[in-house]
Amino acid sequence: MPEERKIEDRSPFIRLAGVRKEFASRGEKFLAVSDATFDVFEGELVSMVGPSGCGKTTLLKVLAGLYDHQGGTVEIGGGHAFDPGRDVGMVFQQALLLKWRRVLDNVMLPAEILGLPVKETRERARDLLNMVGLSGFEDSYPYELSGGMQQRAAIARALVHDPKLILMDEPFGALDALTREKMNLELLRIWRESKKTVIFVTHGIAEAVFLGTKVVVLTAGPARMADMFPVDLPARTLDVKTSEQFGEYTRRVYKLLGME
Amino acid sequence: MVVAVHLAVVLAWHLFVTLGDVPSYVMPTPEATLAAIFEDYNWLHNTMITTGEVFGGYLLAVAVGVGLALFFSWFRQFESTLMPLVVSLNMIPKVALGPIFIVWFSYGLGPNIIIAFSISFLPILLTTARGLREVDPDLIDLARSLRATRWQLFTKIQLPGSLPYIFSGMKVAVVLAVAGAVVGEFIASEEGLGYLMLQVQVTMDTAAMFMAVLLITLVGVLLYGLVLTLERIFVVRDARVE
Repeated sequence: MPEERKIEDRSPFIRLAGVRKEFASRGEKFLAVSDATFDVFEGELVSMVGPSGCGKTTLLKVLAGLYDHQGGTVEIGGGHAFDPGRDVGMVFQQALLLKWRRVLDNVMLPAEILGLPVKETRERARDLLNMVGLSGFEDSYPYELSGGMQQRAAIARALVHDPKLILMDEPFGALDALTREKMNLELLRIWRESKKTVIFVTHGIAEAVFLGTKVVVLTAGPARMADMFPVDLPARTLDVKTSEQFGEYTRRVYKLLGME
Repeated sequence: MVVAVHLAVVLAWHLFVTLGDVPSYVMPTPEATLAAIFEDYNWLHNTMITTGEVFGGYLLAVAVGVGLALFFSWFRQFESTLMPLVVSLNMIPKVALGPIFIVWFSYGLGPNIIIAFSISFLPILLTTARGLREVDPDLIDLARSLRATRWQLFTKIQLPGSLPYIFSGMKVAVVLAVAGAVVGEFIASEEGLGYLMLQVQVTMDTAAMFMAVLLITLVGVLLYGLVLTLERIFVVRDARVE
């Protein structure tokens, strides 16, 4: 099982220490993130869970290099060169596919922006669409796809430029409950096959525990990081969700969020 | 069905004139209107002139409307200060500016193109500006996370994303451009269908006036058809703004 890979003895891929982020709006300062301290090892899938306003999206954007931060340190790359433009893939709550492009051309967008060789990348885009279960839909338009399929295409798009880090901001939050369950299993499969480091933001506690090798819990009002713990589950199948172990992990998160 | 409805209106027109015994100088029959094309009014030349003015003013409106909207989207500080001014200026009835344009730009094609332009560019500016604003902020973030240049953002995301809006403004602008050109010809011109209408009004040739209106309408229909065709080509069905 990939999640049992020995990862502790390597230096972390991402190291966050005391990260703090404030926004100023109409002269008033607003604390969006504080005390964010955790490590992410290469090949991990780390869930960040918390209520609205806990700063999880903000932290994700700090990692994407879209925001700067006021305090603490953010180190990405684990000592190797890391180019936030080329080495980050993003998936949002909405699939954000360009309506006027066919699915394959949508997946190609990051490659075009980065100026990657078209021919090779096109092959890669086809392979990725195959991997996310969309082979045969290369020439479809987004409106011809269901919400779950659109999100699969968005995942393929996030992978096309072969980034080292995938940042996902509530990617399944807009899907219906059954599709969401299915996409969770799909994500685990894609994550194992692609061997990427993934940071997955969600407000679903069970989802966070089910997916994460590690769960980072953030609380709101004031925004701060409350806890971080590794998740050790025997197998990531639907059966595990009814296990005692799984229940203990989710209870731990509920407790941290004051929802006992 | 659509054709049938149009034909029914023509039939109703015919019956109204013949059964109602309407004098031909008040309203000619459809047949008499069509027959007016054989009178020597230099129809072809006048139609070409009006077409040129409409298309000229319209193309200028598209170029300036889209260009200005783009400028505003790049420099938001100008949008907040200049957009209200543009909207205020638009409240001036362009038709009333006609005589002034003639003082400034003399007689003929030039001022008529400018009137057609000035009356039709605002809807294009407004819809394009709206389209550029409507782009999902997360999509901008996605592009920014890839370090997209401003030009890439524009050509790959903003422009194609706002095309449906641009086309909806362009469709509204067609009728306005036609009206602007004809009004210009009414005010001061020596050629064009609007000018011709004033000429035949004097002789009470109502059939020729009807013919002129028909031809002006056809110029508008031609332009509208062109715009619709371009929209079909460039805008995916799902994205069209009706």
